[in-house]
Amino acid sequence: MATEKSGAKSFLKSLLTYRSALAGVIIILFMVSLSLYTVIAIPYPEAVRLWRLGEKSFMDNPRVAAPSWVNLFTSKKLPETIILDTRSSASGASKAIVSNTFRFEFTFSYDYDEFPSELNMFFFSKFNKTLHVAVYWQKPGGEPLKLKDFTLKAGEDAYYISADAVLIERLNKYLSEKVGAGLNQTLKAEEALFAVEDQSVLSRDTMQPAKGKYKVVVEGTAFEEGYSVDAKLVVYGKVHGIAGTDYHRRDLSIALLWGAPIALSFGVVAAVAVTCLQMVIAAVGAWYGGRADSLIQRATEFTMILPFLPVLMMISAFYKINIWVLLLVVIALSVLGYGTKTYRAMFLQIREFPYVEAAKAYGASNKRIIFRYLVPKVLPTIIPSLVLSVADFVFLEAALAILGLGDPDAPTWGKMINDAYGAGALYLGYYHWILEPALLLVVTTLGFALLGFALDKIFNPRLREV
Amino acid sequence: MKLMHGVLRFARYAAKRGAVLFVVVVLAVYATILIANMGGYVDEMVKSQVMASVSQSVAQNPQYKMLPYEEKMKIINSLYEAELRRLGLDQSFYVRSFIYLGSALTMDLGRAQYMTSDSGSTIVRVIITERLPASILLFTSVNLMLFFIALFGGLALSHRYGSKMDKVVVSLSPLSSIPGWFYGIFLILIFAAWLRILPYGGMVDAPPPKDAFAYALSVLKHMALPAMSWLIAYSVIQTYVKRTFFLMFSSEDYVEMAKAKGLPPKLVERRYILRPTLPPIVTDLALTLISSWMGAIVTERVFNWPGIGSLFYEAIGFLDSPVIVGIVVIYAYLLAVTVLILDLVYMIVDPRIRMKG
Repeated sequence: MATEKSGAKSFLKSLLTYRSALAGVIIILFMVSLSLYTVIAIPYPEAVRLWRLGEKSFMDNPRVAAPSWVNLFTSKKLPETIILDTRSSASGASKAIVSNTFRFEFTFSYDYDEFPSELNMFFFSKFNKTLHVAVYWQKPGGEPLKLKDFTLKAGEDAYYISADAVLIERLNKYLSEKVGAGLNQTLKAEEALFAVEDQSVLSRDTMQPAKGKYKVVVEGTAFEEGYSVDAKLVVYGKVHGIAGTDYHRRDLSIALLWGAPIALSFGVVAAVAVTCLQMVIAAVGAWYGGRADSLIQRATEFTMILPFLPVLMMISAFYKINIWVLLLVVIALSVLGYGTKTYRAMFLQIREFPYVEAAKAYGASNKRIIFRYLVPKVLPTIIPSLVLSVADFVFLEAALAILGLGDPDAPTWGKMINDAYGAGALYLGYYHWILEPALLLVVTTLGFALLGFALDKIFNPRLREV
Repeated sequence: MKLMHGVLRFARYAAKRGAVLFVVVVLAVYATILIANMGGYVDEMVKSQVMASVSQSVAQNPQYKMLPYEEKMKIINSLYEAELRRLGLDQSFYVRSFIYLGSALTMDLGRAQYMTSDSGSTIVRVIITERLPASILLFTSVNLMLFFIALFGGLALSHRYGSKMDKVVVSLSPLSSIPGWFYGIFLILIFAAWLRILPYGGMVDAPPPKDAFAYALSVLKHMALPAMSWLIAYSVIQTYVKRTFFLMFSSEDYVEMAKAKGLPPKLVERRYILRPTLPPIVTDLALTLISSWMGAIVTERVFNWPGIGSLFYEAIGFLDSPVIVGIVVIYAYLLAVTVLILDLVYMIVDPRIRMKG
């Protein structure tokens, strides 16, 4: 026992003398703890629910917002989302109801260098007859400007300010009259409502948001007693949380976090299962020889002639399988392959070694010879390739997701990249959406690659650099 | 007499090996047919489509407007049966799967179910040959480049075993754990989205330039990023593998023996190191070229490259089994024939391989 312990210790010592191995181990440990945290903090059904809820449940999030920490690196400060709600006293929203008229005031100070990405107002009301409201907008030091008046729908209603085409046209006309020149382009509602009203507004390159206190007023009239009404103003920013959001306003951190355990378990399970099964099959073939061997050989040639990725694509496209069934299919398609042939060649040599002869002479069973004499001899030499193949399988899952063939429910890194690609993130400049999952994929697989190459140098010292 | 005997033995071996490979191809193609037809489920879908279109055409035909319901159903049913017979769907799927197998193996690839070539043809052979040049242009040339970089780089490194350059290559090799298409995304980000000097994807500008020279230039520009992504991803690891490969061959006992005999180093290298490495290198090259024929599905998707990989992806989207089976059949045949030829050539050339049987 003691020698085994010191053997493990010296192994660890020699492993960690390689700086690359140390880096790899640290990365893998970090990813494993991130995965453990994720699995405990956000149970899988909850993650799937959050990921599949649809846009309605994230209405307070901006669309494709960059992560908040982007502001640390840029001179221009991107806006955070500002939410003002009359139902909570803490925010800058006040509410005054005098019999059948009511007045909400939302005040906020805007201190950012960029325009917000969107403006919406949500209403929550209970009434029986009709409720009429008018919304006014006041820039810092400006006059109140009426945005719209309309009748509310009972229950939940919304005024999508950014989507109000009539308003946009009116605001553009108002601005060009105010500056005394035609605007170079039609401004969006959130641009027109925040822009400094001087010559700079003429071009999108020069226009700037006015900094200072903004005031939005909602005045309303009810035609009954005993009604209730509340409102929420959302000034959507361009940054959100530590990971940003996607086109469906989802917080990307859910998928980033859950991507880790899925990638790790997919990669590690596939790598271990494939390598071990390949080895055992090769050992059985090499040891028994004859018919069993040639059957295995032919079956291996059969799977090698089937193109792997296309077959996998067909199966996952036609049968709409989830990620764990996909894992099983991947394992099934890979157990007979290039590795089986390589290991068989190794076992054919080992079979002739004297210690195996000795085992046969003392009457060891076939099973014992395979599992106690053949497999352990080869194991160390293939551990590096096992560790290295984790990276391949992690990217295999990502590749399937990029082809739109992954598990539709699972929030994985590959799926994120696929979503981003589909939404044209590279064309439209939503780089965070692609870079975050891509970098996590790179870091994770690099961890395994660094460890794998270091292990290779230790276990196969013949090729160690001088 | 001895020669005759040898030729006979060779022929017997070749026939046996060929037969085994053929059986493997048959099995692989049959498996593809089963998967691509979803075990017959595709037939059910086609049948229900036929039924829908037949009922619609009968319902819209003024000639049948006045007929009672039963009469109409009779007409629909007889038209439906006729259509099924026309499509060959009146037989059970398993009978037909063998018919498919037969025509696939005789390279009678038939017509696509839904897809058409850019020229409007539904013949599978035309659809495939239309996409083939794109895949060959990109992936065969990239693979050839990779092959020669790795070959000469590996040979040079094996001479300078342990030098600085060697160490750089060894320490860069973990970069190859990231596949080419993934580097492709980063390259698009840098060169297309940020620097705006190379296109995002596709094979040629739209509209294509009229002038042949401008056309070639445009294709080259579109090839740059996908080719670069593969070179970044695979050149280092392949050089590393080749270096190790040459090192292994140069540390064989017979090489030491030759050196001990005092043979000049050039001769040792040519005759004792390089010559035995030739068979695996040729195998490697042949198999690389064959598999580059299939294109690369993910890289072609990322770069929107109109090759065989994209065709395969689209065929899966359309559930177009004739196209899928057609691509796999050609691939399987090419692979099997290549393996067979290599096997036989080595048996003649390499005295270390002895034939059994």
